[in-house]
Parts: sequence; C-alpha cells; structure tokens
Amino acid sequence: MAKRRSTADFVLERDDYKCIRCLACVRVCSYGANFYDERENMVFTENRKCVGCHFCEAICPTEAIVVQHNPLAIRWNAHWTSEVVTDIMKQAETGGVLLTSMGNDKPYFTYFDRMVLNASQVTNPSIDPLREPMEIRTFIGKKPLSLELEESEGSVALKTQIAPQLKLEVPIMFSAMSYGSISLNASKSLAKAAQTVGTYFNTGEGGLHKDLKEFGENMIVQCASGRFGVNVDYLNAGAAVEIKIGQGAKPGIGGHLPGEKVTEPISETRMIPVGTDAISPAPHHDIYSIEDLRQLIYAIKEATRYKKPVGVKIAAVHNVAPIASGIVRAGADFVVIDGIRGGTGATPKVTRDNVGIPIELAIAVVDKRLRDEGIRHLASIIVAGGIRKSSDVIKAIALGADAVYIGTAALVALGCHLCQKCYMGKCNWGIATQDPKLVRRLNPEIGARRAANLLRAWALEIKEILGGMGINAIESLRGNRDVLRGVGLQEHELEILGIKPAGEAW
Amino acid sequence: MVKGMRKKILVKEEYCIGCRLCEIYCVTAHSQSKNLIRVFRYELGELAPAVIVEEREYTTFAVQCRHCEEASCVRACITGAMHRDSSTGAVYVDRDKCVGCWMCIMVCPYGVIKRGTGSNKVASKCDLCLDRELPACVENCPNEALVLTEVNE
Repeated sequence: MAKRRSTADFVLERDDYKCIRCLACVRVCSYGANFYDERENMVFTENRKCVGCHFCEAICPTEAIVVQHNPLAIRWNAHWTSEVVTDIMKQAETGGVLLTSMGNDKPYFTYFDRMVLNASQVTNPSIDPLREPMEIRTFIGKKPLSLELEESEGSVALKTQIAPQLKLEVPIMFSAMSYGSISLNASKSLAKAAQTVGTYFNTGEGGLHKDLKEFGENMIVQCASGRFGVNVDYLNAGAAVEIKIGQGAKPGIGGHLPGEKVTEPISETRMIPVGTDAISPAPHHDIYSIEDLRQLIYAIKEATRYKKPVGVKIAAVHNVAPIASGIVRAGADFVVIDGIRGGTGATPKVTRDNVGIPIELAIAVVDKRLRDEGIRHLASIIVAGGIRKSSDVIKAIALGADAVYIGTAALVALGCHLCQKCYMGKCNWGIATQDPKLVRRLNPEIGARRAANLLRAWALEIKEILGGMGINAIESLRGNRDVLRGVGLQEHELEILGIKPAGEAW
Repeated sequence: MVKGMRKKILVKEEYCIGCRLCEIYCVTAHSQSKNLIRVFRYELGELAPAVIVEEREYTTFAVQCRHCEEASCVRACITGAMHRDSSTGAVYVDRDKCVGCWMCIMVCPYGVIKRGTGSNKVASKCDLCLDRELPACVENCPNEALVLTEVNE
C-alpha cells in the first residue's frame, strides 16, 4: 500500500521547555499518536493519528500541549473546502462510505439563535425566582381534556382516571444512548444523575445491563428495530417504553454495532452471541403503516399492563407533522422528535450531514398540527437533536415541546470534546468505548456529579428567564409562542415557526 | 495504638487510568521549589515519588504507604527511625536516625518504601502530606482514583 496522501487534521504543538517527559500523554493516547524517543529524550507526535479529542492536553501537568486544527491543511477555497478535499482523498483510498459520529456539524441555520425571548416591563411584573416559588416540574403522558371531581363530606377526590405519567423535576431528560454505543460507566453516570435530579435516562437499543436495573424508576427503555434485549421483563423494568423508529443523526437507516464491540457483557444484555455484528434494520419489519405501529404500541401496553406511558421516537423529516399526528392517533403517550443536529455513535457522514430538518421547525409544525386536530392533549412532545443550552430548552418549550432530551450536551458534561470518532471505539474519555482500559477513565461518581450539575445549572437559568418573563410555571410556557420573536428570519419561516418578527407587539 | 480519627488514602483501583500524575505531583510537593518544571529540570536527582503506580496489562493502580496498624517497618527498624506519630497515627521516618539498613524495605508488604535517591540515602516513604489540606496525589488524580478518607479507630 502506498503512502497516504491526505494531510493531518490536527497539529499537536508541544512546548519543549515545559515538557517534563512525564510521558502521561504517551500513556493515555489510545490512538498511539504520542511517542517517546529515548535517545533524543523527546516526546513526539504523529499528527495524522491525532483525532483532536484533547485528552492529552487535559492531562498534561505543565500545559505543555496545545492541539490545534492543521492551519493550512489544504489551500483555502470556499467551494472546495479542506473537508471536501480530505473526504475525496479518503474515499479514493478506501472506496467506502465515510463514517462519522456525533451530530451534524455543518453551518445550517440554527433557528434557536434567531429567536429572542421576552421580559416583563411595567405592565406585568417579573418574578424573582430566589424569593418566589417557581415550578419547572412537568409531566409526560396522555392528559384528559377535563377533570371530573367527586365531592363527599367536605373532601374532594379525583374521579377521572389519569393515564400513566412520567414526573420530571426538570424538563430535560437524557436521550437514548445504548450500552454498546457508550460505556457502562457512561450509562451509570447518566442513570445516577437522572436519579439525583429526578428525571430520566434512556437505555437506547442496547438492552439492560444488570447494574442499571436499580435505576428503573428513572429509566425509559427503548424498543428499536433490532429488538435487542427486549423481553417482558425489560419492558417492565423502566418507567416508560419508547419505540424508536428513527434518529436525527441518521433518518431512514438502521444501526450497526460492529462485532468487535460485542464483548461478553454486551452479548449478555443484547442477547446475541459474542463477536457477532448487532444490526438494527432500517425499518421495523413489522411496522409498515400507522396501523402496524398501533399494534406494537398496544402490544407493549398489554405487556406492561397499561401502567407505563409508551412513546414513539422519529427523526424530524419533511412530513413530520402528519406522521406525528398518525403516531398520536396510533395511541402513543408521547412523541419524540429528533432534529437534524441529533447525535449518534456511528452514521454515514452523507446521511448525518444532509438528511432531516431543523428541530425548531419540526416542533412548531408538530405542535400546531396536533392543536389544529384537537389531539395535542393525547400525547406529550419531547424534542431532541442539538439542544445546547438552557435557552434552547426554553425556546423549544415555548415553540410547543413538553420536555427535551439532551445527548451530546450530557456527554460533553462527562468529558466529550466532540472529536466525532465514537465509531472507532477508542474514546480516550472513556465514553464511547468498550475497551476496559479506557472505560475506567470515566469514574461514574464524577460523571454523575457533572451531569447532575449541568441539569441543576440549566434549571436555575430556566427559572431566571421564566421569572423575567413573569411566568412562574414551565407549563405556562409550553406553546406560548408569544414570548418568542424572530430576528433576521424570512416571512415564511416566521409563519412556520408561528412567531412574530422582533419589533412587532402583541 | 493511637485512637481517634486517622487520615487514610483510599485506592480505587478500578478508576486508575495509569497516567502517573500522582507520582509527578508527589515529587513536586516534596521538592524545594514546588514547581513541576523546575523539579524536572534541576531537582529530580534528589527526589523519588512516595506513591507508586503498579501496572500489568489492563490493571493499574497507585499505592502509597498504608500506614499499617501493625506496621512491620516500625518493628523491623533497628534505630527507631521508623516510628508512629502519636498525634496523627501515621508512620514516619526520622531522617536523622535512619542509617540505611533497608530492613523496612525488606519487610514492607506493599513495597512502598524506597531508598532515597542522590545524596539522600535514607528510607523514603509517604508522609500523607500533612502540611497540605489534601495529599498532592489525591488532589491531582484526574479520575478520583485516590481519595482521602478519615477512619475512626
């Protein structure tokens, strides 16, 4: 094989004066990029091997290391960008589909950044969340249209039977990430954080590891096209069940966990032989219509004795609104919509970067459609895919969501630096790997603390913003598009989002 | 035996990533300059870490003096240099008394006593960094694989 012709993506610069030859960087790099030359008594880096995960930079005790983008990788060209040229070179070398991980990183319009929030001035009082109660608890599940009460001997009792609900202390949950795509320590971190804060994590399509069973009350179990690890005990182990049809990072395609990652414990939870590829087909082969979906929803409801909400997750695509309407009519208690920025452990780059629609538009059209049809109360809307900060959460809820899922943001809290190499299984941060040497790098106690801190911080910020708008409950924000105004958006986009341009009063 | 609260460093083997930063910070904490780069450049000859990272295949862990309740080193010491401090309950070596017979090294079941390097020919071991709030190895472990606990005895 001839010498590779593509250039390095990153350059690792090492300040030789500061380098104390402790070799920590050499020891920790799972890609083998750093090496020590004894004769020269120098530490060197093979830049081509560096993926830009910044782990060595974080571990270096003297801050001798700086990892940077290769500044002049390819001659600058607005059309033939260095990414395009490098991709062509890689494909000319390998003849294969380019794989990548995490979410779409292309400069598509982020509508969240073009929407601004309101605040109270004079005519309505704002609320100080430190001094007055602020409710950000919310419930996921089917709601009744009205409540019937029974009064007897001075006490009032609820007559209407309420469908099963998930109680969220913050309107943020951890999205589906399977044990397999992420390490057990990463799963444990999220599970423990969800338990601490009073929200939910999602098993993804990976089955349930025995160590996660204790977190059942804070767990949503997923049933996807491969049906890995699904049995009646699994369905009943969590607080809710989610049927996964699609994922924002790869709408229309299935999943593939390579055989090398199917280790003994993974084979146990997925219920497949060690070393075999775990392939989730693109469609569920028993779901070719809304009617088929209804059958599965009710099969799961039967299996869980109608005690748990059952939801359906889809990727945000062009016809997302009518599809969501069908899902609600099929009996789902919640609909999850995953936008074009949604992340993943592995996906063809061409799919990740080109398929799907921005989540902001999807929330707006789904919420509107369900309201127009009078079925909005039948299901909660959970949105996912590129929620980066508390303001995104607020804007998503104002557009009509009940709650959001965070995946990438949660992993970043655990240490992820978005190098997009999850599919290689060598994650230096111990997140997207099954290598026992790397998995131990994520101490679940630290992970749980950091993930819980993130939720706590966002909750405080959400309360601040709500207070500023004079709203004292997150449920009063839901679908309250009056608090949003668009900046620099075209008329038709404003129409789809259902918001006014900035400057226009009530 | 000293009664009361005693500091202990807990070794969490399952979270040690084998980076050996504990060794580096241990050396620096016991140096003159307390500066990593200066220690590496000028002071390394005289210093050796009191925490040792053991490594074999997928297992790594850092270990330092356990300050044993029944300390063999204290019993084996011919000069009384190795002694237990009555206030902290920790085992120390009195550098002036040590004659470098290395009996302590022979009997230590954990292999965490070392010969001093350079001109420093006396036994060298963990002193729990009692002059600091947290031992240097504990404070700088990136994965909390070393944790300071207090045990009541």
